[in-house]
Amino acid sequence: MTKILVVDDSNSIRDMVSFTLKSAGFETTEAKDGVEGLNKAKAGNYDLVISDINMPNMDGIALCTELRKLPSFKFTPILMLTTESSPEMKMRGKTAGATGWLVKPFNPEKLLATIKRVVR
Amino acid sequence: MSIDLSQFIPSFLEESFEGLELMESSLLNLDAGDNEIINSIFRAAHSIKGGAGTFGFDNVTEFTHLVETLLDEIRDGRRDITAKDTELLLVSVDCMRLLIEAARDDADYDQDKITETTHLLEQTLEIDGPASHIEIAKSDEDTQEPAGKIWHITFIPEHHLVQTGNDPLLLFSALADLGELTLKAKTDLLPAITEMDATELYISWELSLISDASEEDIREVFEWVEDECKLEIVELEVSPKSSSSETQDSLRNSASVDPEISDSQTALVTEQPASAIQSSEKIEKIEKNKTKTKQDSGSIRVGVDKVDSLINLMGELVITQSMLSELGNDFEISKLEKLKSGLDQLLQNTKELQESVMKIRMLPISFAFNRFPRLVHDLSIKTGKEINLVIRGEQTELDKTVMEQIGDPLVHLVRNAVDHGIESSDMRIANGKPKSGTITLDAYHQGGNIIIEISDDGGGINREAVLSKAIEKGLVDSGATLSDSQVFDLLFEPGFSTAKEISDISGRGVGMDVVKRNIQSLGGRIQVESQPGIGSKFKVNLPLTLAILDGQLVRVGTEVYIIPLITIVESLQAKEEFINKVSGDMTLYRLRDDNVPVIPIYQLFDLPADTKEVNNALLVVVEADGQKVGLLVDDLLAQQQVVIKSLKDNYQQVEGISGATILGDGSVAMILDVPGMIEMAMKRAQEKQNEHILEGALV
Repeated sequence: MTKILVVDDSNSIRDMVSFTLKSAGFETTEAKDGVEGLNKAKAGNYDLVISDINMPNMDGIALCTELRKLPSFKFTPILMLTTESSPEMKMRGKTAGATGWLVKPFNPEKLLATIKRVVR
Repeated sequence: MSIDLSQFIPSFLEESFEGLELMESSLLNLDAGDNEIINSIFRAAHSIKGGAGTFGFDNVTEFTHLVETLLDEIRDGRRDITAKDTELLLVSVDCMRLLIEAARDDADYDQDKITETTHLLEQTLEIDGPASHIEIAKSDEDTQEPAGKIWHITFIPEHHLVQTGNDPLLLFSALADLGELTLKAKTDLLPAITEMDATELYISWELSLISDASEEDIREVFEWVEDECKLEIVELEVSPKSSSSETQDSLRNSASVDPEISDSQTALVTEQPASAIQSSEKIEKIEKNKTKTKQDSGSIRVGVDKVDSLINLMGELVITQSMLSELGNDFEISKLEKLKSGLDQLLQNTKELQESVMKIRMLPISFAFNRFPRLVHDLSIKTGKEINLVIRGEQTELDKTVMEQIGDPLVHLVRNAVDHGIESSDMRIANGKPKSGTITLDAYHQGGNIIIEISDDGGGINREAVLSKAIEKGLVDSGATLSDSQVFDLLFEPGFSTAKEISDISGRGVGMDVVKRNIQSLGGRIQVESQPGIGSKFKVNLPLTLAILDGQLVRVGTEVYIIPLITIVESLQAKEEFINKVSGDMTLYRLRDDNVPVIPIYQLFDLPADTKEVNNALLVVVEADGQKVGLLVDDLLAQQQVVIKSLKDNYQQVEGISGATILGDGSVAMILDVPGMIEMAMKRAQEKQNEHILEGALV
């Protein structure tokens, strides 16, 4: 089963993303910030990471940079979940090694359509 | 797949309100250049904006976007934060709260305030409001393109493309979703197998796509890899292969062939109603969601540790229960000791379980104190007084219901302290005090109660002014001699407030008498201490919870009553030399310096009783509203905690009774409402006295 790590400091968004993914048959693990996300990533294997950018403790950009340093996450798709649709923010994500992004607000349909582009 | 988002809305609302509180308290503590605070404020706004957009609260998103932009400029150092900005942000937080509350309750809100603040934010940001709307409308138009084109795409990815998690095959399958895709891989750059790096990508592709999609749609598929590849998208001339329907053909040719225009227009027009229906459905759905979350579900967030301890205790209870039932299966008298210890354990378990369950309802009082920094900040600007607010004991825990109901009285007391307690800066300096006044909020536990103190270092209460005003209002006789505390209690008399006070607080419609009544309805009391020139202290004493009461069980005849322990001063056996009969059947008992009226419960409730004579009888001395009375009872029974059941909900309100409970033997016992009883007794004594006077006049 496809395993997805969902990192967001907002309970409602995290729950919504996770619920949507589970409804679509994915297995999800949740983390509330970059630090917890990194720890969970180190402890398991994931087929996809979806992370918010603005978070306390460790933000999504830093998480992405750290994840790319791990051998098991070298090719893993990482999607940044963010309201920042500015080119600058996208560049920061790409530079850190993110695969792509999903601009908030989004609905479950858009989320699933986007995920189809990174997992089989 | 359609997923109902409404289930996540309560959680979004909860975290939004938390976010707003954080924004507010951080703004109040903001020092220039403290980036971490600015960051956390920004994050809170950002989360609210993101969530609001996702859950369809567009007005919140739009408004918060402006707030976020301002915060972003401050965060990036593009703007120095001024006191004016802070004020604007605080007002903006109010507006966001207004909008989110309106979204929660599906209610109207003060549009003028939002418009005004939006305008102020736009002015500060120096932007024109409607610009963003135009942009959105334009991008909507872009998607209306004629159909059935052939696209030729050249895609030459950089070698490291796969290292960001992008997979060309998935890109192609996304393209295939748009139409008919054929592709040709070019492998000329593929190195010899010995030189090949498995983490690199050496292939490039030529693709052709027959699709209705616009160039933009196709570019979107490559959005994430745009900077890591060479991408060429070219539209080819009409394809002979195209097997599009007639309508599509006519659409495609409509630009050049006149007679077809009307046809193409109808095709375009028919699409609009469909999308209109869709969007109205969406609105309906959103409205449905709103009504669902309309009522505050009254949920509590409980720490996992509290739940864990509950489960732990439950486990112990189950063990004790199974031990006891095993004992019951074949019981012999020799096992009596074991039974006894088992029962003791059960008692212990139940008690701990009860404590744990009560703890779940307990929240730190910081929930009630949180609003005060802002309140004092606003009031100090309004009154022009400099005020420091000191908050202590904010971790002290209190029952949720008590907390909710104590909020307004506390607000009033704090307003009162700012308004009447703290002097103006000039006067303070003239009196040799520090220029800025201090208001202290403190909370702590004492016995089974929580004490909340609101103190100020202001001028204190002017005893003479209070007294003369009370005399003027006819609340006391001009000749009366009153102690300090009796004078201060006059502040809580209905109708005491001065005209100035009324205008100050008229918006809230609360006076000091209402404050006192609210506190009393929670089973609490309020005391005032004050020293001229040094300050005043209002001390609110509240029970920790409304669900359970520490009570003294007493017997009157065959009935058992419960007297709240908090009201009991002492219990004693009446001695003849201290008993004084006065007119109107009123008996006074001399208790040290006080003369305490005796209230025989049997008389009040019209019951048969063993003891009707005060001499040698048991008196329970209780106090309410500063008045002590002695309750005449037949017997003192146990002291125990009782669970309060409302009489009002289950039967009806009864004078002199505050509630009922079920005792261990299953019988129902009434809980005495001490202030109510005193009032009842005084009224009856007054009536009796009037009768006597009447009788005397007749004789």
